[in-house]
Amino acid sequence: MSEIPVTQIDTGTHTQLDVANRKVWPLPGGVHPPENKAQSLQHPIKPMSLPAQLVFPLSQHIGAPALACVNVGDQVLRGQVIAQAKGFVSVPVHASSSGTVVAIEERPIAHASGLHGMCIVVEPDGQHESIEFSPIADYTQCSAEELLDTIRNAGIAGMGGAGFPSAVKLNAKQPIDTLIINATECEPYITADDALIRERSSDVLLGIQILKHIVQPSQEVLIGIEDNKPEAIAQLRAQCTEHDQIHVVVFPTKYPSGGEKQLIKILTGREVPSGGLPADIGIVCQNIGTCEAIKKAVVDGEPLTSRVTTVTGETVSPQNYDIALGTPVSHALAESDYQAQGNQPVIMGGPMMGFALANLDIPVVKTTNCILAPSVTERPPNDIAQACIRCGMCAEACPVSLLPQQLYWFSRSQNNTQLEKHNLFDCIECGACSYSCPSHIPLVQYYRSSKAEIRAEKADQEKSEKAKQRFELRQERLEREEREKEERRKARKEAALKAKASPSKQDVISDAIARTQAKKNNVAQADKSAPAAADSAKALDPAAAAIERAKQKRAEPATEQSPEDTLKTQIATLEKRIAKANDKMAALETSDSTKIDALKSGLALQQQKLDDAKAQLAAISSNAVDSASAPATDEPMDAAQAAIARAQQARAEAGNLSDDEKRAQQLTSIDKRLSAQQAKYDELLSSDPDKAELIKASLDKLQAKKAALLEASS
Amino acid sequence: MTQITSPHAHSALSTADVMRQVLLATIPGVFALTLYFGWGNLINILWASLTALACEAMVMKLRGRPVKYYLNDASALVTAVLLGIALPPFAPCWLVVFGSAFAILIVKQLYGGLGYNPFNPAMASYVILLISFPVYMSTWGTPSDLGTLPSFIDTFLWKLSSQTGAVSVIPDGYTMATPLDIVRQNMNGGGLSLSELATQTPQFGHWGGLGWEMVNAGFLFGGVYLMWRRIFTWHAPISMLISLAIMSLIFYDNGSSQSAGSPLFHLFSGATMFAAFFILTDPVSSAVSNRGRMIFGALIGVIIFIVRRWGNYPDAAAFAVLLLNFAAPFIDHYTQPRTYGHKGGDA
Amino acid sequence: MLEFIQANWFVAALLALVLLALVFGALLGFAAIRFKVDGNPVVDQINTILPQTQCGQCGYPGCKPYATAIAEQDEAINRCPPGGETTIQALAELLDKEVVPLDAEGVEDAGVKKYALIREDECIGCTKCIQACPVDAILGSAKHMHTVITSECTGCDLCVEPCPVDCIDMLQYPTTLTNWSWELPKDPQLIITDLGRGTESAINSSNQGDAA
Repeated sequence: MSEIPVTQIDTGTHTQLDVANRKVWPLPGGVHPPENKAQSLQHPIKPMSLPAQLVFPLSQHIGAPALACVNVGDQVLRGQVIAQAKGFVSVPVHASSSGTVVAIEERPIAHASGLHGMCIVVEPDGQHESIEFSPIADYTQCSAEELLDTIRNAGIAGMGGAGFPSAVKLNAKQPIDTLIINATECEPYITADDALIRERSSDVLLGIQILKHIVQPSQEVLIGIEDNKPEAIAQLRAQCTEHDQIHVVVFPTKYPSGGEKQLIKILTGREVPSGGLPADIGIVCQNIGTCEAIKKAVVDGEPLTSRVTTVTGETVSPQNYDIALGTPVSHALAESDYQAQGNQPVIMGGPMMGFALANLDIPVVKTTNCILAPSVTERPPNDIAQACIRCGMCAEACPVSLLPQQLYWFSRSQNNTQLEKHNLFDCIECGACSYSCPSHIPLVQYYRSSKAEIRAEKADQEKSEKAKQRFELRQERLEREEREKEERRKARKEAALKAKASPSKQDVISDAIARTQAKKNNVAQADKSAPAAADSAKALDPAAAAIERAKQKRAEPATEQSPEDTLKTQIATLEKRIAKANDKMAALETSDSTKIDALKSGLALQQQKLDDAKAQLAAISSNAVDSASAPATDEPMDAAQAAIARAQQARAEAGNLSDDEKRAQQLTSIDKRLSAQQAKYDELLSSDPDKAELIKASLDKLQAKKAALLEASS
Repeated sequence: MTQITSPHAHSALSTADVMRQVLLATIPGVFALTLYFGWGNLINILWASLTALACEAMVMKLRGRPVKYYLNDASALVTAVLLGIALPPFAPCWLVVFGSAFAILIVKQLYGGLGYNPFNPAMASYVILLISFPVYMSTWGTPSDLGTLPSFIDTFLWKLSSQTGAVSVIPDGYTMATPLDIVRQNMNGGGLSLSELATQTPQFGHWGGLGWEMVNAGFLFGGVYLMWRRIFTWHAPISMLISLAIMSLIFYDNGSSQSAGSPLFHLFSGATMFAAFFILTDPVSSAVSNRGRMIFGALIGVIIFIVRRWGNYPDAAAFAVLLLNFAAPFIDHYTQPRTYGHKGGDA
Repeated sequence: MLEFIQANWFVAALLALVLLALVFGALLGFAAIRFKVDGNPVVDQINTILPQTQCGQCGYPGCKPYATAIAEQDEAINRCPPGGETTIQALAELLDKEVVPLDAEGVEDAGVKKYALIREDECIGCTKCIQACPVDAILGSAKHMHTVITSECTGCDLCVEPCPVDCIDMLQYPTTLTNWSWELPKDPQLIITDLGRGTESAINSSNQGDAA
């Protein structure tokens, strides 16, 4: 796109300062559909009568729908807020006439989908009574913030068709050098802006002055208008003479010059970066209809309750109306002598970008600039699309230099990657490609569909990414819990084992053993082994020792009984409890299912306790009865524990033997150990002298023991 | 419910209109062909059209599609007319029928029909015929200025009676070497300068070959009409003509005995204008962006000259177009225009 | 140097080859270390294509295990009902495999996005669905009502079965103003398979009944 300045086409209606020589930039592509604008300009703007019901959709703008703040049965006045803005990107809705709220319900709304949306329905009382307006006497004394608030509270959203809240758009963070007023009105048939300028140019200019005061553009204000509106141009120029830095720029008629980005290109030669906003390049754009609404809001204090709308087409008598918002389309058509033709659709908006209405009760909203009721000759039914012959007429027509035919092929094959690569999202859906396609392919619909699909795909991806994260976090959490549980179980098990080894518990055990032994008159040996056990226990974890002490305390009251007995009674009670719980559960199963779970978890706990107790018992009895196998089965047991076990074994066995026999046995065992230790000592002496030293000590001990034994037996 | 989508307005042009405009635009060229080379090409067009329509109808029937609806788009007719123009006037009619059937059945419908064929059907078929039946494909007639043209009936019967494998039944004196052939032969040992050649050989006219220059002028006229009607953009044809002119200027050699001919000679000889405005502009098989089409056209111009100057075939538009049909997706890939709001590119 | 090559061309060629081999070997070795990829990148790629519903309908405990199975055990790519055709196509493209029809016995509406909804007055607060939810999208505690965080629900279906009072429904997302979209126009070509599928009107309107 070479930026060749094209001399502005001077309409010759007015000679004006620098404006006449102002250069404009050419727009690539574009089409020249029949304008059909003259029909609706034959008569001045006419106020439309009030309908039987006014319907106010809560979402007439881009952004969050407004929140209804009236109730059914409430009396409302013209200009009264009936729904409040919700959030920043939102605007309130005002009643456009006085009357009674008769319903707040889902109604078909002005949307291509034909879906329903929340609406407030008001039955006008015919008085058309207004609330007290609070005009601003001198807007130049107001800050931008105050004026933006006024604009926002007046419910003004882009009236050219997009419906973006004006106050948000004007509140740009970036420094603005140029304010552009869009008076292009490039779509065929529509003349609402043209008529507005012709009849209310001073209001419009005042609105532009207010905008200028708010935005404070560092350079200038440009009013862009196509050369097919000579009267409007003359009016604007006549008004502009007094105002500095407001220029009327006229450029050749071509669809879609009125697209925001296209207009910016034509007037300034600058391009809004893809995916960006005009404010990013220091430009703010407003529709000329919005300017008039802003003037009303600020100077008259009057919120947006009506707008100029073109009702046109061959099945009506074309006319521009000042129409109360909320008026159903059917009413507007009736007032224009609508003669329905077959099932010809009525279109809201222009023929290029408007949408067919699914229902004629849909109301006129803030963005409705045109109601087009075409005849069959004006809008023949869609032909069957023929094969794309890649003629490239669509590419010639595309104002953003896309390759529509390529996009079409990619869209058909749902090749979303290529679609994005070919900049599908820069498509402004102007319809120039579909208009020019000789095969009558509904290209725009392909793009809209593909855009929606790609957006949905992106959303899905985002969601699945989130789901993945949540899943992984959950897995991690479950694993951690499992691990912790495992650790706790291990700790318990270890503790149980240590408990057996620790002096306290050992005391209990040895007490029990001692008692049985005492009955058989043997005490001396037991006392001997105890210190050894105590010594070895010192090496144990102090924490575990503390736990054991606590356990011991608990066990103390039961010391009268043997630990086995304690455990046995414990098990018995537990079993009883479980049986009871089971019964209860069975009973509850039929009556109250909510409690079962609690019960079940309780039961599980009991069961676990029971299992623990049983295990403990088993451990103790195996230790006591058959502790010989302990060292073999319990590998993790350290040397100290092994020693204790052996000592216990020895003691247990000793209990059944005569003193001499015991001594003889001890002697042999000591001999055995001595020889083993000796062998180990010899072996270690060469390799590990430190360890050998330790073994030497125990060897000495054993030898001393042997000596004592020999002495005793002799 | 089918969704009613915007826009609700449509330009009056349809695909069938486009095709009809193309057919209309061939009239001056075909008129000149008939005037200078007799009824042969008209008979070609007749046979080719009948065959093409029959084949198209048959395929549509086989594929279970509404026959008349698809015949109405006139795309088969365009292919047939272009093939009929491209084939020599005394080509036997079975050759025409075979070529036309091949173009429709194999090149167009086997690939999926209108809009899906990667190659230009008329040119692909032409190349097949040229390779398979070289003798019949060089039976160009004597221009009317150099002898009498056979009558319509004679031409029709000759073309009808020609058998496969048999030597042409066209009596001597009715066929003649084309100027492009003469220049090539001269380059390969004729030893005459271009001006000598022009004075000594009767086949030369003012700028190009006798008769050929008028035929080319006719197609140029038709092409300009189509551009004016915005049926296609100027990019592909004009860049082809420019590149052909530049190539021939580079190798003009001041009209010596080694010269391949002047730029004007090349522009107004053989199938230059026909190819530029009626073959390159076949949208289905060409590049899609304007920049792509310029590259597409320019490369075809270069290849045409290369084949004319060094190749074995007298004319090369068909080969050049087919080669670039191959390259079209590749060209498309690298010539995506710069979209509004994007950096880079210079479209 | 030149003399050497000329005199001992065989040795020179050998040397050159060895030198080349060394240089490229070193380069490859360097690249192997410098650009080392941890883990199996294919698994991650497959995993991003899978819809992450973690529903286990493929027979694996989650999407990642299925992705691993596809990458490492050559598992079929058509076992993901929530992903439907789109996922199969994407996987086929990634792995250069044939597009195969979905292997989903008893799954009727594969590929249709759904979400779970608890009929809250029927919920008894048993926490079973909470334990079943693979993405922790259900809120609630024992004996208190539970609810699904719709925006986090993957529609995996896993909470429906454990519910003792069957108060969980799988619902399709309704069409609203925010998610409504234009549908892709029908293929403009009338083809034989279109016959009897509602395109007769189109064919008839072109005054051609012969093919219909």
